[in-house]
Order: sequence, then C-alpha cells, then structure tokens
Amino acid sequence: MKTLLSKLASVVGLLFAVVALNFLLIQFAPGDPVEVIVGEMGGASEELVAQMRAEYGLDKPVLVQLAIYVGKIVTGDFGLSIYYNQPVLSLILQRLPATVLLMLASMTIAVVLGTFLGIFSARHPKGLLSHFVTLFSLAGYSAPVFWTGLMLLILFSSVWPIFPVSGMTSIRGVQGVFGYILDVAHHLVLPAVTLSSVYIALYSRLSRASMLDVLGADYIRTARAKGLSERQVIYGHALRNGIIPVVTMLGLQMGQLLAGATLVETVFNWPGLGRLAYESILRRDYPTLLAILFFSAVIVVVANLLTDLAYGKIDPRIGGRRKPAPRKTKEATQ
Amino acid sequence: MTDATMEPDIAVTDPAQSPARQPRQPMPDKGMEVPQKPAHPVTEFARAFARNQSAILGLVLLIAMFALTFIGPFFYGVDPYEMVDMPFAPPGGDYAPLGTDYIGRDILAGIVTGGKATLAVGASAAFISVVIGILIGSIAGFFGGWIDAALMKVTEFFQILPALLLAMLLVSVFGAKLLTIILSIGIVSWPQTARLARAEFMRIRKLDYVAAARTAGAKNAYLIFAVILPAALPPLIVAAGLAVGSAILFEAGLSFLGLGDPNVMSWGLIIGQNRNYLLDAWWTVTLPGIAIFVTVLAISLVGDGINDALNPKLRRR
Repeated sequence: MKTLLSKLASVVGLLFAVVALNFLLIQFAPGDPVEVIVGEMGGASEELVAQMRAEYGLDKPVLVQLAIYVGKIVTGDFGLSIYYNQPVLSLILQRLPATVLLMLASMTIAVVLGTFLGIFSARHPKGLLSHFVTLFSLAGYSAPVFWTGLMLLILFSSVWPIFPVSGMTSIRGVQGVFGYILDVAHHLVLPAVTLSSVYIALYSRLSRASMLDVLGADYIRTARAKGLSERQVIYGHALRNGIIPVVTMLGLQMGQLLAGATLVETVFNWPGLGRLAYESILRRDYPTLLAILFFSAVIVVVANLLTDLAYGKIDPRIGGRRKPAPRKTKEATQ
Repeated sequence: MTDATMEPDIAVTDPAQSPARQPRQPMPDKGMEVPQKPAHPVTEFARAFARNQSAILGLVLLIAMFALTFIGPFFYGVDPYEMVDMPFAPPGGDYAPLGTDYIGRDILAGIVTGGKATLAVGASAAFISVVIGILIGSIAGFFGGWIDAALMKVTEFFQILPALLLAMLLVSVFGAKLLTIILSIGIVSWPQTARLARAEFMRIRKLDYVAAARTAGAKNAYLIFAVILPAALPPLIVAAGLAVGSAILFEAGLSFLGLGDPNVMSWGLIIGQNRNYLLDAWWTVTLPGIAIFVTVLAISLVGDGINDALNPKLRRR
C-alpha cells in the first residue's frame, strides 16, 4: 500500500514536471499563436489582437500563465484548440482511442509473435529458421519504421490491394456494429503490422536470449526428468521466467512505441494522437500540442503502472511478498 | 583442447581460445597448471571480432556506405539540387540512373551527397547524447545517495516523455535548422546511456584500485574522469556507436514529418519531400530508405560484434 502511494506521488510529480517543461518550451517559442491566427485571417486591428491575447491569457506574466494552466488542467480544462476552435480535451478524447487501439494491437502482435519466434529459435539454435529470426530481428530494428510503412503501403495499394492503406473506416458506410468492428480491424492490419515490426524484432531477440538461459537451468532438467511433455516444460515452466525480460522492456518502451505510432499514423492517415501532433505542429496549435504531450505522458505512465502489476503476477518474487523475505533469512541464521 | 590425454579440468579452466588455434603445449605436470602467455588484449579482441561473420559483414557494409558518401561525390558529380530530367523519371533513364524526384532532381546524386549530412547528424547527435548521458550517469553512480535519486528522477522524466514528440516540439519551436535538429536529438536520447554509465560507475567505484586512488588523495573530479571513466568506457563506446544508428533513424523520422532542414540534402529529406508522391514514383522513397537501412544495419552489426568480442563470456563460444 505504501509503495502504491509513493508510486502515485511520483507519478503526479512527473506529470507536473511534464506540464511545466512543455509550458516553458512554449514560452521560448519565437512565434506567438495570436500572430499566426491573425496572419491566417489576413490581418486584424490592434484592439482585436489585444482582445485575443487576453482571451488566450497571453498578456499575463509567465508564472501566472503557468499557474492558470496547471489549475485548468487539474479541472480537466485544456483550453481551446487554436486551429479547430473547439475544446482541446474533446479533440484529444476523439483521437485517443485510435492511438490506444493501434498501440495495443501492435504490442499484442509483437509480444505474441516475438516471444514465439524467440522460443522457437532458442529450442533450435542451429536451425535455419533460427538464423532467419536473427536476421529478421536485425532488419526490423534497422529499418526506419515509417519507411517500412511506406513500403507496405506501396505493396498493398498497387501490387496486392487486399488491405486498405489509409484511415480507420471505409468511406462507404458499413452495416451494424459487427460490420464496423470488422471494418476497423481491416484498416488496422497494416498500421499495426508496421508498428509491431520493430518490436517483434526486439522481443524475439530478448526472449531468445532469456529462453536459452532458462532452458539450461536445473529446474528445467528436473521438469524433463519428471517426464513432463516438452510442451509443458516450455510453456508451463520455462516461459514463466523466460518472458520476464520482455515484460520489463515492454514497460520501458512505451514512450518509444508512442513515438513510433506518431510516424505510423502519419503514414497511414490513422486518426490518432500522433497524427494530431503532426498536424498541430504544422499549425502551431500550441494548446493542442501541450495537451498531446501531457496525454502521451499519461499513457506512458499508466502503461508502466500496468506493467508493474503484470510483473507482480508473473514473478511472485516481485510485488506483494517482499516483506516476509528478511524474516526468513533471520530464521535461517538463527 | 584436442589433446585427448589432457586433464578435462585443465581444459575447462584454460583461458578462452578456440581449439583450432591452440598451439600444442608440452604436457604439464598433473594437477599443476601452466598458464599460457595471454595474447595482447587488442589481438584477442581482433581475433574474436574476426571470427564473427555478421560483424565482418557489418564492417564491409559500413565501409561501403562510407565510400559511397565520401568518395562517391568525386565519381558522380551531379548537382543534387539541379533539375536534370522530367519530374518522376523512372530509374534507368538517360539522365538519372536511379530516377528523379518530384521536381526532376537526380535521386542518385541526392543519395551520394545526402549521406554526409545524415552521417554528420547521426554522429554529432549521438556524441551530444552520450556526453550528457555519461555526465549524468557518472555523477549519479559515483556519488549515490540523494544526488543519484535526484538525477535518476530527471532521467525517468525524460524516459516517460515520448522522445520523438519532444524532439518534434523542440525542432518546430526553434526552427528546422541542422544545429537545432542535432541538439534536439541529443537532448531527448541520453537517458539510456545515463543508465548504463550509472551502472558501470556503481560497479567500478567499489573496486580496490579506486579506493587506492582515493587514499592517495585524488579529488572526486579526478576519480570520476581519470580513474573510473577509462574503465567504464568500453561498453559506453559501443553504446555510442549504436546511438549513431538510432540518431540516424531519428533524423529520418523528423525529416519524414517535414521537420528536416530543407537546405541540407539528407536521405531523410529526400523521403520526406517525396512521400506524397510515392505511389507515382516508388523509387524516390524506396532508394534513400535502403541507404538508411543498410547504414543502420551495418552500425548495429558492428556494434554487436564489438560488444560480443569485448565480452569474455561470449568469446569462449
């Protein structure tokens, strides 16, 4: 409980730091958003400019602006998007599910496929497929993720058009809830495969190394000596320990995954936060940008907390049972 | 050891050498170990590296990319900014062997000239990130305590921020100039090096020779930079090499998002400027992408090779 509280405190501290940093950066920005709007409007009177400055709070001292901003965020008010002229929060909540869906799908593909490939090549380290896995993992890690996406886009739009290459839903309407889900899943294939390619590579490499390590352990020999089937040995005994590095990495890489999602969303026109970030940067839509950075930090932090929880489930040595351990050693020394 | 009469335990404790290379030694007395004269560490390293096929492949690819970048322009002197043919002329045309881009500029010339900027951005951004990482990691690992806790909080802070988003923001705020891009990439990508440096410093600072230096009156700064850092360098150098690869990917990503320096030809820039036309002209994005891919692949192959060769545990295999 105490660790949970301190974790929450550090999460709040980190998020506050994110807000402060983003705000400082915006202060350094050479272009004033009001000037941008005025430029797009094709000029405006001095009074209107001053009025707009006051509206966005740009005429107050920096610290006051920061305090106002933090106060607003606490109440869930992220301001108005300068470009869309609608609340940033609603804009972000519109885009958030698409990004979370893309991230979850890519993560699932990467963990399942990566672990499976890793196990396979750990069991047959000299086999042909094992070499192929090593090669593939190096390639997946070296290709720019947006380039992989562009290559798939070329392949599936002109050569072999079986997957849609743009957007999240068909322009022509689809029938019913089931049809909608199917349609989204169909659109999800290419973005998810692209984003996961990097992580399939990484996780297959990681799980290969850790499975090689685990398969040499004494308890695996014991399990084999007991006459368990190979499947029980691998999936019942070895995998429990073999997957721990993958879970660790998963938590650490959430930020990178989100960054990758930004690029992939831009390639496939996936209507998520990443593409919104790209559009907002082009439009100097600072309120939206601030909120995107804040929400992406929230996504990373939440994902890290979930990973920590999963960790406790996978590895009972970590998490709830820490306390009895010192007592046991005391008994042992007595 | 191929010698059948050799005691098995001697063979096991013998320093790592592959059996084929081992010169035959006179039989030692039973139970007595005659240690071989160990090869010079550099020779040992080079041998281990040379035995690694993928590392050699990486080295060859890397040399090829360097040759393309630094010698190529002398053999292929076409101006990458000049329009040489119709826009979107396909590869194999009369004027541009690898085709032209959306305003008729030669793709091959772009690739040959763009390598310099790509490699320069990669190397200098990696250098900045490694310097920041080593500074923060070494101070945290050396002093420990609250300094460590505070610096690790800062590191954690930079790790939860999606690096690319932060770099996008930095570049768009301070302008898409080469220097801004380099600094932004360096500023957002140091945390991993910091963690590595911290771990190394925490391990090394407890060693006897550091205690000896301290007893001899060395000051903290001297201990950090002259006593501990040299011992911590090998894994950090490998990390720096790999950081060049990821910085190249980073720069390409920024260029793709339209945040590359439009005045400096680079591989990422060619992709970024042509990506809207990729269905009409696949070569404009495919070919520079291959250049990036091969370079990063070569760097990671060589980096892995150096890592393995430095690691005595792996060397035995």
